[in-house]
Amino acid sequence: MSMLNLTYEVDGDDFTRAGEASSAVKKRLRSLGISPEAIRKVAIALYEGEINMVIHANGGRIDVSVDPDKITMTLKDTGKGIADIEKAMQEGYSTAPDEVRNLGFGAGMGLPNMKKYSDHMEIDSTVGVGTTVYMEVYL
Amino acid sequence: MTPVEFANKYDLEILSVGEGETREIRGIYCCDLLSLVMGRAKEDDAFFTVMANVNTIAVGVLADVACVVLCEGIRPDELTLQRAKEQDVTLLLSQKDSFRTALDLWKELQR
Ligand SMILES: Nc1ncnc2c1ncn2[C@@H]1O[C@H](COP(=O)(O)OP(=O)(O)OP(=O)(O)O)[C@@H](O)[C@H]1O
Ligand SMILES: [Mg+2]
Repeated sequence: MSMLNLTYEVDGDDFTRAGEASSAVKKRLRSLGISPEAIRKVAIALYEGEINMVIHANGGRIDVSVDPDKITMTLKDTGKGIADIEKAMQEGYSTAPDEVRNLGFGAGMGLPNMKKYSDHMEIDSTVGVGTTVYMEVYL
Repeated sequence: MTPVEFANKYDLEILSVGEGETREIRGIYCCDLLSLVMGRAKEDDAFFTVMANVNTIAVGVLADVACVVLCEGIRPDELTLQRAKEQDVTLLLSQKDSFRTALDLWKELQR
């Protein structure tokens, strides 16, 4: 049994709310007394995943569980999927449309940031079915 | 130097004070692409940008920067301002560009 399980539904296309789940998780982790370094890693990795679900997948679901030795994040969507994961992981690769680029997205750094700030990451994606991103941050 | 001290000395407008009276600025990061900021800004940096939307505030919170400095006099909308206040993000507004505003801060940080 985990110490804490959190679940958030993320709306697609609502940029004004994007980041709410990540901010809420950050607050909860603070109240548990988790180290600031681990919280920052979780916050950055989760935000990038959350915003990707909003921009590229029309929303999805985030599950976070906290155990004594690690924090686990699972982001599941039923969006268009990623055809070439290796390519998507490259710095600078982005298919973000112009209207979201105007908001400051589309550097193609989201997935690389998730890789950098999590201690373990797996992506499972099928075109036309959806994407699940699994990340762990060790405590 | 704290964000409020910086704002007062160089005539920046304080849009949201957050922890700006107590937090020390330790570095500078200038960029308008949010996931670059997420990946490269450091905790306690002052983050300079012209991207004055609600996502900028989320990045400020999650990257845990000391303050967000909007440059070129670009004002945020009401929602962005409200989010900054709710989330205790220190939000400053400079009439100068990012380079000149950051240069003023850089000189202070060298002291
Ligand atoms: N959940 C997802 N569903 C479908 N495609 C995705 C998903 N996440 C990422 N992608 C694809 O992978 C690409 C790279 O993602 P990444 O987060 O690195 O960059 P970005 O979102 O385009 O820009 P940035 O994150 O820098 O603002 C995206 O442009 C998109 O094509
Ligand atoms: Mg992204």
